Amino acid sequence: MTMNTATEAAAQAAAPYLSINNVEVIYNHVILVLKGVSLQVEQGSIVALLGANGAGKSTTLKSISNLLHAERGDVTKGSIEFKGARIDQMTPNELVRRGVIQVMEGRHCFGHLSIEENLLTGAYTRKISRGELNANLEKVYHYFPRLKTRRSSQAGYTSGGEQQMCAIGRALMAKPEMILLDEPSMGLAPQIVEEIFEIVKDLNTKEKVSFLLAEQNTMVALRYADFGYIMENGRIVMEGEAKELAANEDVKEFYLGLAGEGRKSFREVKHYRRRKRWLS
Amino acid sequence: MGFFLETFLGGLMTGLLYALIGLGFVLIFKASGVFNFAQGAMVLVAALAMARFSGWATEALGSMVLGNVLAFLMSVAFMIAVAIVIERLVLRHLVNQELTTLLMATLGITYVLDGLGQMVFGSSVYTIDVGMPKEPLFLFEGVFEGGMLINPDDLIAAGVAATLVATLALLFQYTKVGRALRAVADDHQAAQSVGIPLGRIWVVVWAVAGIVALVAGIVWGSKLGVQFSLSTVALRALPVVILGGLTSVPGAIIGGLIIGVGEKVSEVYLGPFVGGGIEVWFAYVLALVFLLFRPEGLFGEKHIDRV
Ligand SMILES: Nc1ncnc2c1ncn2[C@@H]1O[C@H](COP(=O)(O)OP(=O)(O)O)[C@@H](O)[C@H]1O
Ligand SMILES: [Mg+2]
Repeated sequence: MTMNTATEAAAQAAAPYLSINNVEVIYNHVILVLKGVSLQVEQGSIVALLGANGAGKSTTLKSISNLLHAERGDVTKGSIEFKGARIDQMTPNELVRRGVIQVMEGRHCFGHLSIEENLLTGAYTRKISRGELNANLEKVYHYFPRLKTRRSSQAGYTSGGEQQMCAIGRALMAKPEMILLDEPSMGLAPQIVEEIFEIVKDLNTKEKVSFLLAEQNTMVALRYADFGYIMENGRIVMEGEAKELAANEDVKEFYLGLAGEGRKSFREVKHYRRRKRWLS
Repeated sequence: MGFFLETFLGGLMTGLLYALIGLGFVLIFKASGVFNFAQGAMVLVAALAMARFSGWATEALGSMVLGNVLAFLMSVAFMIAVAIVIERLVLRHLVNQELTTLLMATLGITYVLDGLGQMVFGSSVYTIDVGMPKEPLFLFEGVFEGGMLINPDDLIAAGVAATLVATLALLFQYTKVGRALRAVADDHQAAQSVGIPLGRIWVVVWAVAGIVALVAGIVWGSKLGVQFSLSTVALRALPVVILGGLTSVPGAIIGGLIIGVGEKVSEVYLGPFVGGGIEVWFAYVLALVFLLFRPEGLFGEKHIDRV
């Protein structure tokens, strides 16, 4: 009996924290967007999911948080596991209770609610006392002091950076173990982007929140992440330690050398480099 | 003077009832993006339920007060059940469908409610007697010549409507569910992402709209009797929400009052010049003017576009 539970516990410990296995996603019953995506997130880490616009990063995150249904998307193949349990059939409500929450691309604050009311909605799934709730609010304000000064402003009238902070703060109110963070840098000034990533790193080390982070801003994301995946056209085309990826010639050339002629496919770049090597 | 005040007050009281039904529209529209044509049918069904329950309960308990209280509670439960069934059978399957699809769905709900309501509760004319005093009151007799004439049942109805509206406004502003409801109204997907279950919020909203319909149904039913035409009374709320703005709770209230007062006062003072009947079309013409010149209504939300 004890043996049994012990082995079970061991199996659970051995199972990856978050793991997506060969997931396929179809929108509207016809549009195949994810073509077999697999990735893992280890507990306590920050994992970056990189790729150009339209690569399928957001779809991947939504397949985990199960917000796909609202957009008529379906996971048609593969499995998604969190701490050893299948989560692909769970509602967002159940997932938030289990500690997995998504911060959507474009922040999606509740525009007509005040910043503080926005934060409070994040605690919807929790049954806690008023005192605990306030303590939680203070904690969020500790990480995002700017939100405290704007606590009674209507969220729709705050700046992009403040809205991003509000969206992350709102997610924190649910007391998550893992945050799926979609393009926090979108449309923000570089300085604000740094500020937000610093806070993400802080939350990761102090609050032990794991992050799966979708970003187009490759170089910034890789500086803060532990591990990275690069997506293209609904597939993972490359993965590795963040440091290695950041140093990788292909990644550099692709993501830093896109001045002028626009973005080539990552694969093309590779071919091109390979041919160059072969010719020389 | 006394006569004008009488007319004005009479208008305000009817207006509060319009406001109540308008509120039902606005709540549902805000929370689920559905323009609920079934609101009128809900008033009818709620009034039917109340009329029949109150008949049975009064007989069973032998006391009109107890009977009415019990009947009211039963009717509330009944409207909550209706909300749950609508969510299960209809709304749940129509998430993220086209607006017109949703509109057709509420038309469908209207017919089903009208039909089922009369099948279950019968289709003759029923009365609701909640024991409101009928003797007219004279007020301000000392203040001006002749004083003014007030129907106490109108006064009570207005008081009830005002209390209900105020309570709802407070609940939406300060409770967890109220906050969640406003969150859903702002952004469905974001609300889902923080774990707010849309289905449950919809049940709450439809149940609240059902209870609002019940109160309106009781008030009107006890004045006019409960019959099929009651569901058309609720159509008056359509201009109310056009005037106030489909997304605005205060708009529904003020729109209701404006229309209530406007139609009474214009009927009395302008009616004689055009041969009367203004009361019947006043609301619709006002709504038309608004649709032409200010389609978002008095208080309709301007979208906050800043990102
Ligand atoms: N709701 C949807 N219906 C149909 N196609 C969609 C939907 N959402 C996204 N897509 C398509 O899926 C692909 C991946 O989109 P997305 O996951 O948003 O990429 P990313 O986040 O990497 O920019 C795009 O080609 C996009 O057009
Ligand atoms: Mg995206």
